[in-house]
Amino acid sequence: MAKITVDGQCYEVDPANNLLQECLSQGLDLPYFCWHPCMGSVGACRQCAVKQYRDEDDKTGTLVMACMTPVTDGAILSIEDDQAKAFRAGVIEGLMTSHPHDCPVCEEGGECHLQDMTLMSGHNYRRFDKRKVTHRNQDLGPFLNHEMNRCITCYRCVRFYNDYAGGKDLSAQASHHHTYFGRFEAGTLESEFSGNLAEVCPTGVFTDKPFSEHYARKWDLEAAPAVCTGCAIGCNTSPGERYGSLRRIVNRYHSDINGYFLCDRGRFGAHYVNSDFRLRSAKDSSGMTLSSEEASIAFARDTQKRLIGIGSPRASVEANFALRRLVGEDNFYAGFSDSDYEAMQVLLNSLQDQDFNCPSLKQVESADAVLIIGEDVTNTAPRMALSLRQSVRVAAYELADKARIPQWQDAAVREIAQETRSPLCIFATGATRLDDVATLRLNASREDLLEAAEALFVRLSGDSPHYREGVTGRTMQAVEETYAALLAAKKPLIISGVHAGVEAMRLASNIAKRLAKIRESSCDLVLLAAEHNSVGHALLLEEKNSLGSAFNRLKDEGCDGLIVIENDLYNRAPTSIVQAALKSVDTCIVIDQIETPTARHASLVLPSTSFVESANVLVNYEGRAQLSFQLSPCPESLKPVERWLNVEGSESTESLIRRCSTELAPFSELDKCLPHPSSVVPGAKFPRMSHRASGRTAMNADRNVHEGKQTLDDNSVMSFSMEGIQPLRDATVLGSSWAPQWNSNQSISKFQNEVNGALKQRNSEIHLITRNSHLDYYPSYSRTEGQSDEHKYLLQAVQQIFGSDELSARSKPVQSRMSDCYIAFNVESAKQLGATTGDSIELQDTGVELTLVVRADVPDGVALVYPGSSATGLSVNRFDLPKAAQLSRLDKANSEYGLGVSSLVVDDRVDVEVTTGAIL
Amino acid sequence: MSENKLMKNSVITTSLSRELTAAEISEIEHEISLYPDKRAVGLEALKIVQRHQGWVSDESMRAISNYLDIPVADLEGVATFFNLIYRRPVGKKVILFCDSVSCWVMGCDRIKQKITDQLGIDYGETTSDGEYTLIPVPCLGDCDKAPVMMIGEEMHRHLDEEGIESLFRNAAVNKSGGDS
Amino acid sequence: MSDRPLTKNIDLARGPLSLRDYEAAGGYRGAKSVAGLHPNEVLERVKESGLKGRGGAGFPTGLKWSFVPQGPESEQQKYLVVNADEMEPGTFKDRLLMEGDPHLLIEGMIIAAYTIGANKAFIFLRGEYVLAEKRLARAIAEAKEAGHLGTNLFGTGYDLDIVLHTSAGRYICGEETALLNALEGKRANPRAKPPFPQVSGLWGKPTIVNNVETLCNLPGILANGVEWYQSLGSGGDYGTKMFGVSGRVKKPGCWELPFGVSIREVIEGHAGGMQEGYSLKAFLPGGGSTDFLTPEHLDTPLTYSAIGELGSRLATGTMILLDDKTCPVGMIGNLMRFFAHESCGFCTPCRDGLPWVDAIFRDLECGKGSAKDIAILHDHVGYMGPGKTFCALAPGATAPLGSGLKLFAEEFEQHLVHGACPYL
Repeated sequence: MAKITVDGQCYEVDPANNLLQECLSQGLDLPYFCWHPCMGSVGACRQCAVKQYRDEDDKTGTLVMACMTPVTDGAILSIEDDQAKAFRAGVIEGLMTSHPHDCPVCEEGGECHLQDMTLMSGHNYRRFDKRKVTHRNQDLGPFLNHEMNRCITCYRCVRFYNDYAGGKDLSAQASHHHTYFGRFEAGTLESEFSGNLAEVCPTGVFTDKPFSEHYARKWDLEAAPAVCTGCAIGCNTSPGERYGSLRRIVNRYHSDINGYFLCDRGRFGAHYVNSDFRLRSAKDSSGMTLSSEEASIAFARDTQKRLIGIGSPRASVEANFALRRLVGEDNFYAGFSDSDYEAMQVLLNSLQDQDFNCPSLKQVESADAVLIIGEDVTNTAPRMALSLRQSVRVAAYELADKARIPQWQDAAVREIAQETRSPLCIFATGATRLDDVATLRLNASREDLLEAAEALFVRLSGDSPHYREGVTGRTMQAVEETYAALLAAKKPLIISGVHAGVEAMRLASNIAKRLAKIRESSCDLVLLAAEHNSVGHALLLEEKNSLGSAFNRLKDEGCDGLIVIENDLYNRAPTSIVQAALKSVDTCIVIDQIETPTARHASLVLPSTSFVESANVLVNYEGRAQLSFQLSPCPESLKPVERWLNVEGSESTESLIRRCSTELAPFSELDKCLPHPSSVVPGAKFPRMSHRASGRTAMNADRNVHEGKQTLDDNSVMSFSMEGIQPLRDATVLGSSWAPQWNSNQSISKFQNEVNGALKQRNSEIHLITRNSHLDYYPSYSRTEGQSDEHKYLLQAVQQIFGSDELSARSKPVQSRMSDCYIAFNVESAKQLGATTGDSIELQDTGVELTLVVRADVPDGVALVYPGSSATGLSVNRFDLPKAAQLSRLDKANSEYGLGVSSLVVDDRVDVEVTTGAIL
Repeated sequence: MSENKLMKNSVITTSLSRELTAAEISEIEHEISLYPDKRAVGLEALKIVQRHQGWVSDESMRAISNYLDIPVADLEGVATFFNLIYRRPVGKKVILFCDSVSCWVMGCDRIKQKITDQLGIDYGETTSDGEYTLIPVPCLGDCDKAPVMMIGEEMHRHLDEEGIESLFRNAAVNKSGGDS
Repeated sequence: MSDRPLTKNIDLARGPLSLRDYEAAGGYRGAKSVAGLHPNEVLERVKESGLKGRGGAGFPTGLKWSFVPQGPESEQQKYLVVNADEMEPGTFKDRLLMEGDPHLLIEGMIIAAYTIGANKAFIFLRGEYVLAEKRLARAIAEAKEAGHLGTNLFGTGYDLDIVLHTSAGRYICGEETALLNALEGKRANPRAKPPFPQVSGLWGKPTIVNNVETLCNLPGILANGVEWYQSLGSGGDYGTKMFGVSGRVKKPGCWELPFGVSIREVIEGHAGGMQEGYSLKAFLPGGGSTDFLTPEHLDTPLTYSAIGELGSRLATGTMILLDDKTCPVGMIGNLMRFFAHESCGFCTPCRDGLPWVDAIFRDLECGKGSAKDIAILHDHVGYMGPGKTFCALAPGATAPLGSGLKLFAEEFEQHLVHGACPYL
């Protein structure tokens, strides 16, 4: 530690950091723009100037930029010095010369870092009376607005979008005071992380487009701490609500998970809760709407029958637990496909095995060698892809250390590193969106990848791999290089996941286990689950109770029907099997937030709450259970699943969680994710509304001039009002960060122990799984199929960030980025079939037709199939696809009902014909 | 679902590219051989293409971007940073008129006015016959011969109004002579 | 031994010397002499010579080189880069050297590259210097053919390859780190220092960036010795320097003169004094980024320290003269427009300050200025000053601005009072 003096006050600070970061860590107010807590310093804006004095006798001092000045022991500084203050005010005056006076109509107003810093600097009078610089804006697609006139040229957008997130279609253009940030031409921003620009931009250049369509000021939004339902990562979000509708999602800082950034599925996918896809009332088999009471009566009548229950990886722990209690553990079945369920067993095993550590995203960022087997992380757990982009920089930091360049000197570290990257080895079929930072790519069919992974395992075991005849030297070399990279690493990480399949996960486990033995300490292993509560759901299941066995049960004499919660069975099994199963019973109760093909078969449909209308606990890929707080009052027609099920103890989420933790061993600590009693002041609550919420008395003035009574929330530590304990006291219920003088999201530093550190109070979370076993290796992999028919293509299902997730696929902004189901093969194959991108391709003998996307990097003999989404556009059931099929080109145009494939972002796409538009 | 018929889907736009000519490619390849990283050649490639095409069109931008594997947005960042890359069509001859301090002291404002009067173009404009484009340039480093300007690759020094008069009158005469 | 080591071969009437003629005139003697020396010995000689960078900052060349990490542990790939992006307003010395005697620069590069251990050197040449480009390219080809460039130079086992890079017009590229970004094919924003290019420069490798004129000094030092070199020049600065004069003088031009020559000798002697009907009002001693001096300073010797003591800088040594018939406000305004346009747009005071200053000058010139505007100009002298901006561009602009505001307060006032430029 170093000691520094700031305005006469002595502080102990970290000498590895710069002065700005340390001043903020100490809670001092020092304005800045271009510096970002996890993107470091570049010294562009000159806003954080402070006075530094040589010694105690130096009374003049020199102005230095705090962000570019390393901490030195004994440094004497002043923030309050008149010259420093005047200069900082001058910087604002400069930034303001061309900034428009449009705060009242700007989406950023009220949470604008530029507004905050302007007030903090003291600049308050415009002397500039010359002509302002103005710019033309671009249409950047469905997620973001572009208003360049507001730009203060801090370069944060390109530093995030390009340097941090690997985007390629945004750049700084022109120069001097005409500097422009935009695309080469108008068009949708391609990065999966583009939405973060709305938060990274310190003013209103990039703003959330869906939010501005139905806008409210930050201070008028009710906010609560929530957890994203987009994938298994469990990013923390802060949703904002007004007048009963969800307006937007912004990032909620979590030091170990998402840090400051979300992916676009998470940010824009939650709008499904407002969509027409939502079930809003109960219905009987004829489609007649039932009142809540009628529905409850109907449900009670049905539950007299002998029913089995099918749970869901997208339903909360409480919902699954309640269903299990209602039907009994023997009658509670997996909501996974059978193959996914098998994969989930491997995942659960890995979480209990002492040879492994399942890293948080923050730990992923410090992995110095990564192997990904078969999982397309960008499309299945996007936020982790952003962390992997940081992991490749470990080698850069090592080079910088050698040259004594501090890590926060962002541009300098990138310059000295050039293309030096820590190993990122990707074994995948076809191109992935991480290829640009990969140090090694093995591109082959699924079976070939698995063989290579097996060879790697053999190699790690000290033996020579036996390669089948026909294996290329390239494959062998990839195995050798990966082997060397993993062995040389201090902190290797192996990644696979449910989408890669159970074999890939077993091989990943074997490889990680072998590394653990070699290293004589645990090895980092990530096995990604598919959905936001896959792990929570799996933990509640008896191993034998697969979905297949449930379908068998429905044929039994002793079974009258089933209850399905928040699940579309057509996403879990072949169409014919699901149809047969649903037809074989009279009673089919479906409880869901959204209308699904399964719900159309139901004898009773009950509408459940989304994460907005109820609290829920979700368990992420690490086994981390997190509480997502209810955001807004629940409409009478909706109920949480557990309340429809009406089991004992389900009167509140909290009580059900407590019951779950007393009844089920894996969940024994679950109640610890509830706010700790010590943080709860009896009688006082944490307000969801901000202390500045306006118009509460006028909200319903069109109907009643009297202020309505605030909805009470007896079940939560939060209230639906603005009274209570301001969140400065407790970060566990930090719905939206806000601190004196800091109205923007930059206020988060006031809630952190130190910049980039943990929040001051603990998060509402608990790690559920204890590591207490040493499992054996899985049996070695051997290829099951014989020589495939050379006329047939091996079909391999792929995921898309926009479309593959059931809930976000029903969000309007996400839908405008979705494509139809498609098939992809390489140029050679396209030539053979005489087909080009946009043509219809038939899988022979199946009747399935798919739109073609020619992708250069698909291996020979393989066709990738994206099944689309049942929400919109053209889709197929991926379980209906054969393993291999002969393909032929159809002489017909696309269906006019499709979305087309024009919005698809893949790096190896070959467009033979230019897309001219897609208003379909 | 019928509402989807009306849904406007976003389009990942790709404007047209063109093929680089053999001559352009061979010059670009030569430059690539000189640098450890081919992305360093972006500016060189822009200059090469401009030498051949007169200016750098969007299609050329795409072509260079594809050839050098530089994102076209980044290439645009470079192209628009440098004064001598023309992203709009220019005349056959570009007049780089020095308006920096030594030339200014020596009366370049009057010379510039003379050019504007005679050719009917201001800075950034091209004569209607497509012959000349007038662009201001920072100090040309010939200050002892001020005022100066460059037309194409040729320096014109010690400029005065009479000289401008005859220079462009000749040009105009030549042109009409050539046309007839 | 010539007392004009930089220009002895230059004869504008006949064009530059071919390699053969250059060698016949004693050329490449300096480069060959390093063959018998260890790089450290060369470094010591250059340090001893007292050679300072001629690009403007006047930093000791040997000291700069000594920051390049050497030894087996260090990064082996190193680069030498020649800053030939001459674009400082009123500066026209490097053009003369490159057009007049390209082999001298190449020889200087060989010496410098050998000393720092660079096997690859780039000449970053201003795009508009097409004649210099042609002549350098030809000279490089000659040198390659003669084996003075390529592999195993002069039997030392040392290899050197020179690449001639032409830029596309941006003043900021004269800033050495911006130049490096440009050379890497990026936007030419300057980089933060530290790390200095000597440690992490071109593509992150140790790099020395030297000005053309600096390098042209090396052949003489190596061929004729430190003692000879130090005998040229006086007043604490050694060797000769290119000095130039532009403006309303009888014989504007550029001459190689020993350090310590008086300003009067240059302006009244070499440049022939003011033209008939004009008298000297003030001058910028070393390009557009220096503070104004006045006729009372004419007897000052041209050395870094003597000019520094007057509160200005020797910088490029090319003087721009303001005469009594030319509006000082207009002249400063012209410079401000240049700096505003050439700002790279990276840091706030420069990017947003200079256009404001420029706009004020435009208003002043057409009589729309106000006292408030003058106050804002004064504010900007401090606001854009040294230490406050990311690089030296805007602080350079404050030199003529700050000194001009003081020196020509009356003329500024007249612009307000007359509601027009009194010189029109």
